[in-house]
Amino acid sequence: MEEINALFHGFSVILTPMNMLLMFVGIILGVLIGVLPGLGGANGVAILLPLTFTMSPTSAIIMLSCIYWGALFGGAITSILFNIPGEPWSVATTFDGYPMAQNGRAGEALTAAFTSSFIGAFVAVVMITFMAPLVAKFALKFGPPEYFAVYLLTFCSFVGMGKGSPFKILASMAIGFALAAVGMDTVTGQLRLTFGISELMRGFDFLIAVIGLFGIGEILLSMEEGLAFNGKSAKIDPKVVLETWKKLPKYWMTSLRSSLVGIWMGITPGGATPASFMSYGLAKKMSPTGAKFGTGEIEGVIAPETAAHAAGTSALLPMLALGIPGSPTAAVLLGGLLIWGLQPGPLLFVEQKDFVWGLIASMYLGNLVGLIVVLSTVPLFASILRIPFSIIAPIIVVICAIGAYTVHNAMLDIWFMLLFGAVGYLFKKLDYPLAPLVLALVLGDKAEDSFRQAMLVSQGEVSILWSNPLVGGISSLAMILLLWPLISRVLNKIRPPKAKEFAVEQPVD
Amino acid sequence: MEPQETNTVEHRSGVATYIVEAVIAAGILIMGLVVIFGSRALGSGWTSDGPGAGYFPFYIGIILCISGAGTLYQALFGKTKNTEVFVDGEQIKRVLSVFIPACVYVLAVQFIGLYVASAIYIALFMIILGKFSPIKSVITSLVVVVLFFFMFEVWFKVPLFKGQFDPLHFLGY
Repeated sequence: MEEINALFHGFSVILTPMNMLLMFVGIILGVLIGVLPGLGGANGVAILLPLTFTMSPTSAIIMLSCIYWGALFGGAITSILFNIPGEPWSVATTFDGYPMAQNGRAGEALTAAFTSSFIGAFVAVVMITFMAPLVAKFALKFGPPEYFAVYLLTFCSFVGMGKGSPFKILASMAIGFALAAVGMDTVTGQLRLTFGISELMRGFDFLIAVIGLFGIGEILLSMEEGLAFNGKSAKIDPKVVLETWKKLPKYWMTSLRSSLVGIWMGITPGGATPASFMSYGLAKKMSPTGAKFGTGEIEGVIAPETAAHAAGTSALLPMLALGIPGSPTAAVLLGGLLIWGLQPGPLLFVEQKDFVWGLIASMYLGNLVGLIVVLSTVPLFASILRIPFSIIAPIIVVICAIGAYTVHNAMLDIWFMLLFGAVGYLFKKLDYPLAPLVLALVLGDKAEDSFRQAMLVSQGEVSILWSNPLVGGISSLAMILLLWPLISRVLNKIRPPKAKEFAVEQPVD
Repeated sequence: MEPQETNTVEHRSGVATYIVEAVIAAGILIMGLVVIFGSRALGSGWTSDGPGAGYFPFYIGIILCISGAGTLYQALFGKTKNTEVFVDGEQIKRVLSVFIPACVYVLAVQFIGLYVASAIYIALFMIILGKFSPIKSVITSLVVVVLFFFMFEVWFKVPLFKGQFDPLHFLGY
């Protein structure tokens, strides 16, 4: 019951008027970010990160995590009303959400989406409350080889569980590591790969990469399709909400299954987007009304939304307990921790109790506040999408430029942002996944440090990664995942796979 | 910005996807070689006090080369060559109509600062691409910029880049 006490302590930390205000501001900004095309959880948090430099770490993380919850909620609004997923993880919500809106059941679909988002997040937070301290306690025993093995596992699981060409996943990851290596070497102090350009000494900041890849890249992509918003209008009144809530308990099985899928995909760096697709596919297979999916089934809204929110929330568990983020947004939050002077990892639970439990308590409260805010303000946010794209596009470019500039107060960063934008556009079109690039850029230095420390201990013998059962187990698992594309090909030869019933194109996150 | 799918679906012309794919893969291969040679120069071996500065990047460079070469091979000689059009003329025109002004905007920021450049950029974008009336555009852009000014300089105390042109300098901003 230690966790419960700690949690209540956390609530006492966050229940100050200032923190509550920041929570509301965060949620509203987050929903706004989620609704606008081109601004998403990751780059939204990245852009707003500089605003928190002067705040206390606890207030700052409350505001930033609430922006993240808001963005998760906001994605559903555009998918249901406009058939335009505001975020990649709400693509699966459009399958049944938009048909529901067309049938005049927009209010019902929105209520179902928001409520299941809340349930998914809630289950995930309960899991974090009890699991994270355990994982952290366990991880306190880790030395450099174990850490490097965990990093290895993180990156290998991208290859093993990702869709698409393993070469592309590797390439995207290695680009991230290579960019992270640019600048001052953390061990010897040498300048690396700067090619005599002194401005490169600072290296490439991952915040710039996130803003460019996800922000500018997304704008270019939506421009290509030539956006024309034709939205359904929505009114949510208490009657619709109550009626929908009455229906929801019937689908408890779907909610539970989707939450578990989401939690699993969130802890392993699968991410919210595959989680939502997987959960939609499972629901379609298992539901008695599965054949009607795609025509406006409420279950088809519940499944992906629950999973996406559960995944988005549980991605914070490895970030808090191990210092290894499970999603690009968690990576940005991790970058925030470093900037506020906190060392992410298992020691956080020992040294920064206020911060950790404040954050976990704010997850409970933030999602509840988020649910209330979105239910009451949907028409307002829906009207934002009626603003023509030719007003929104330049404003988003300006916001991205400001965000890129404020990271280091450097003009060169804005140019890099544009460059990353072009790269993001090309990579998205060619199905290169962007998440490994961002995570490698964030973790590059730390992974390298633990690798070099491990190598120092063993005097250059790679066998240290199999020196004891713990590190050996993690490394072996990593190797299996890395070679999974080959293994599965061999398995398919031996035993031909069953025809896939659910063949929806899954986008790479 | 109107969707013109009806007449573009029929005759989409442009570069095939596999060519773009190959070019990007070649770029990754070159990047890998640059990283390898860069870290060789730094010392990718074992120095007196442990692994040298280029030790880790050297292997990253090798992974880059392998994945670049793999993708290049798949793009050019793979079983399923993707000959679909990567972007057609209409699409590339729309993309560039956002990207080129964005580049010009960043260049302008370099000289006249974020606020002034942003105001001009938003207004011109609205007038030229959005076909809004000049008055409406200028008012919108001014409102946005003033809002940003208060948000960053006044409320959150984050100074932004002002370049050579700083009309509010006398106020201390």
